[in-house]
Order: sequence, then C-alpha cells, then structure tokens
Amino acid sequence: MATQKEVLIDPIFNNNPIALQVLGICSALAVTINMATTLVMCLAVIFVCTMSNLAVSLVRNRVPTNIRIIVQMTIISSLVIVVDQVLQAVAYDISKSLSVFVGLIITNCIVMGRAEAFAMQNGPWLSALDGFGNALGYSVILIGVALVREPLGSGTLLGYEIIPTVANGGWYLPNGLLLLAPSAFFIIGLFIWAIRAWKVDQIEEPEYEIAPNGQYANGRHGEAV
Amino acid sequence: MANINKDSLANTFLIAVFLCLVCSIVVSSLAVTLKPIQQLNRELDQKKNILRAAGMLPADQNVAADGRSIEELFAEFTVRAVDLQTGEYVDDIDVASYDPIRAASDTSNSVALSSDEDIATLRRRANISLVYLKATPTGIEKLVMPVRGYGLWGTLYGYLALDGDLNTIAGLGFYQHKETPGLGGEVDNSKWKASWQGVRLFNDMGQPQVKLVKQRSASNSDAASYEVDALSGATFTTRGVENMVNYWTGDGGFGAYLKRLKSNGLVQG
Repeated sequence: MATQKEVLIDPIFNNNPIALQVLGICSALAVTINMATTLVMCLAVIFVCTMSNLAVSLVRNRVPTNIRIIVQMTIISSLVIVVDQVLQAVAYDISKSLSVFVGLIITNCIVMGRAEAFAMQNGPWLSALDGFGNALGYSVILIGVALVREPLGSGTLLGYEIIPTVANGGWYLPNGLLLLAPSAFFIIGLFIWAIRAWKVDQIEEPEYEIAPNGQYANGRHGEAV
Repeated sequence: MANINKDSLANTFLIAVFLCLVCSIVVSSLAVTLKPIQQLNRELDQKKNILRAAGMLPADQNVAADGRSIEELFAEFTVRAVDLQTGEYVDDIDVASYDPIRAASDTSNSVALSSDEDIATLRRRANISLVYLKATPTGIEKLVMPVRGYGLWGTLYGYLALDGDLNTIAGLGFYQHKETPGLGGEVDNSKWKASWQGVRLFNDMGQPQVKLVKQRSASNSDAASYEVDALSGATFTTRGVENMVNYWTGDGGFGAYLKRLKSNGLVQG
C-alpha cells in the first residue's frame, strides 16, 4: 500500500505524467507560450484532477462497472465546465487566451487516467492526494517549458520584459520557433533526457534489438540459398 | 452494502440518472449565477478594445493615463447603428444587443459580396453596422468602426479609429485573430500599431489608398502619408490588413456613411 507521501511526491519526478507516462502533451504544447496562461492552466488541471479523483473515489463502490468510464467522464466534464465558467467570470482576459484549452482538460489523459487507474481502487483522501500530485507533476513540466519559451520566444516573463528585443529597441532577436507548438516537443524531450540521466531506472528497455546489417543478406529468415 | 447488485440493470439506471441530475444542477446553477458577471466582462472587454483602437487607453493597462476608468472613458462615446448602403443612421435597432458579425450570417439582414468587391474575403456583410462616435459640440472628435478581414489563417477582428477630419487614422487594433505568433501575430505589436496613427486614408478622388509597403516612399512625398510599414515575414497578413482597411473605409463598407458625415458636417444624437 502506497504511503501518502509517496502518492503525493512520486508523480513529480519519479513517475511524472508527462516525462515518464507521456500523457497530457497536447495542452503542454498549446498553453506554454507565456507564463500567465501556463500558471492558470496548471491551477485548472490541479483543481480538476484533485476533485475528479476525490469524486470518483467517493462513488467508486456504487458505480456499475459497465458505465464507470461514462461516470468518470461526466464528473470530469462537469468540473471542467465549472472551471471554465469561473475563469470567464474572474479572469476574462486569460480565459480568452486559453480559449478551447480549458475545455480540452476533459480529454487530458492524465485526469481520466488517474481516475481510472487510481481513484477506482483507493480511498477518497489518498485519491485526492494522487490527483493533486499528478497535476503537480504536470505543472512542474509545463512551468519549465514556459520558463524557456516565454523569455526566448518573446523576451518577457509574465509580461515583464527581461531580454530587450529588437522590436522594442533592444538587442535580442526573438526565436520564432519557440512561439510555435513544435518547440515544446524539443523542450519536453530535453527534460525527459535530463530526468532520465538523473534517475537512470526510468530508462526503458529497448523493445527489440535492431539486427546488424547483412545478417539476412542470404535471403529470408537467414537461410542460405 | 449495495456491492452485491451494483451491476444490476436497475442500479445502472439509478446511478446514471442520479449522476446526471447532480452534475447538471451543479453546472447549470453555476452558469446562471455567473452569467451576469461574464456578460459584464464581455462588454468591458469590447469597450477596452474600442478605447485602445482610439488611442485613449494604454495597451497593457485598464485605466487611462489620467486615471479615468474604462466606463468613464466609454461614456463619452455614442453608439449608433448605420445602414452601410445609404450611410444613414438607423434608429429602430437596439445597439446594445446588435452584433454586425452575427447579422452577416443572417441572409435577410446581409448581402453576399461578389468576388471583385469582396477584397477582404468576408463573403457576406451585414446591411447595418455600428459606429462609436466621440463628439464635441463643434463636431466629431473620434469615430471608431468595427472591421474584419481575412489574413493568413483566419479572419482578423478589430476596430479602426478615425480622427475628427474623417481622413486620418487614429488607430487600429485587433481583438481576435489566428495569425502566426511572431510573424503575422505582430499585428498586436504596440509599436506597429502606433505607426498607424496619422496615416492618411483617402486620396483626392475620395478612394481609400492605404498601402502597407516594404520600403516607405520619401518621407516628404504625398505617397508616404498613405503608407504603413508591412510586417516582415507576414505577406498574407499584411495584404489582409491592407485590404481590410481599404474595404471598410471604401464604398463597400462605411464609405457612404463617411461621405455623408463629411458633406453635411453634422453629427446627430
């Protein structure tokens, strides 16, 4: 049985949902252009993931097995709509720049994955911690990506200029690639590399060995012809 | 507990109905409670964009340099509905709820544009649009018009503000677009937007002549007064913005209205 501390801390580096499980990449590419939207997205995912794990865990003994996925989806979508509506009311500008991506938390594999894999088998308190921990692991990577993309892509951090750009009379020519989604792939890739260099046990076994050249030169299945 | 028969048909239906009921009550009651605040936010956002286009509100702030709020600044504006064909004001329309963009998709209140007049790629345009007027007893001080046009990836939506002579651009700003960040997305760059200020709109024939150019003409020439720097690396966005400004200030857009204002020099209301 996992301890509370493990459940909370493990997903941050040991079992990170983005870096190890490679889930939730879509929003990690989309919202990390600047730090403000990233932080709001992280808060939204933390709220949804914690509450959905809690709610799913509370009803887990009553939910019929054959409709459990629909039940999870309904709970998650309701929570996401709650977040979306609240954002539109209290942080309209940010909700506009997050646009569809708040709604797309519904399809974030981390939320559903934790509900199905953890909350269906564990008690409410532990499930809430697990949801919180996983969302925190997601947030750590997202904030890391935004920390690279915003300064190098637009010369600012949280909207404050930290590298004077050419357009504003400074010396830095912003790297346009970092404003486009593919750059987040490179950054996440580098993060995964760094984490696996540090925690060697995360390196996956190759699924198959590539045969050396020339082995099958004689014909199919290596028989001599 | 109910563990034994939780997979029964009755329980499945019971749980499904119960869950739907709880979730829909939570979601709908929240939506209803927050709706007035959201509506207010949307209106405030629109006012903010209009004021920014008119150059009355700094780009990253929500109060003017003299400390006046958005509401106070916007109170100086009068909103009027204008028939784009005739250029006359229309009084039987509720300007608070009328949306010219939505009206453009309603066939009874809009016209389809032929390909040679549709330079901004709008396909349809509403018969009636709104204008935001800041008038003094002596005449118009600022006129803000909603504009839109196709860039590279999608339609740019914004406001174009004119000075009181109705021949000089006071500002241009977009509140929604899909242009590439860093290239076409630079339409939001405050330095570039500032370069629209003071650009002349109409030539001697009364036709809009704004050009976005790679190389500005000699600064004292007549041509230079119609020119704005193009955005580097964003040919299609640049062309879209140029066509948009020329379309909406031309005969297809607010041209008739602007001509009428100039000829009678009167501002109603």
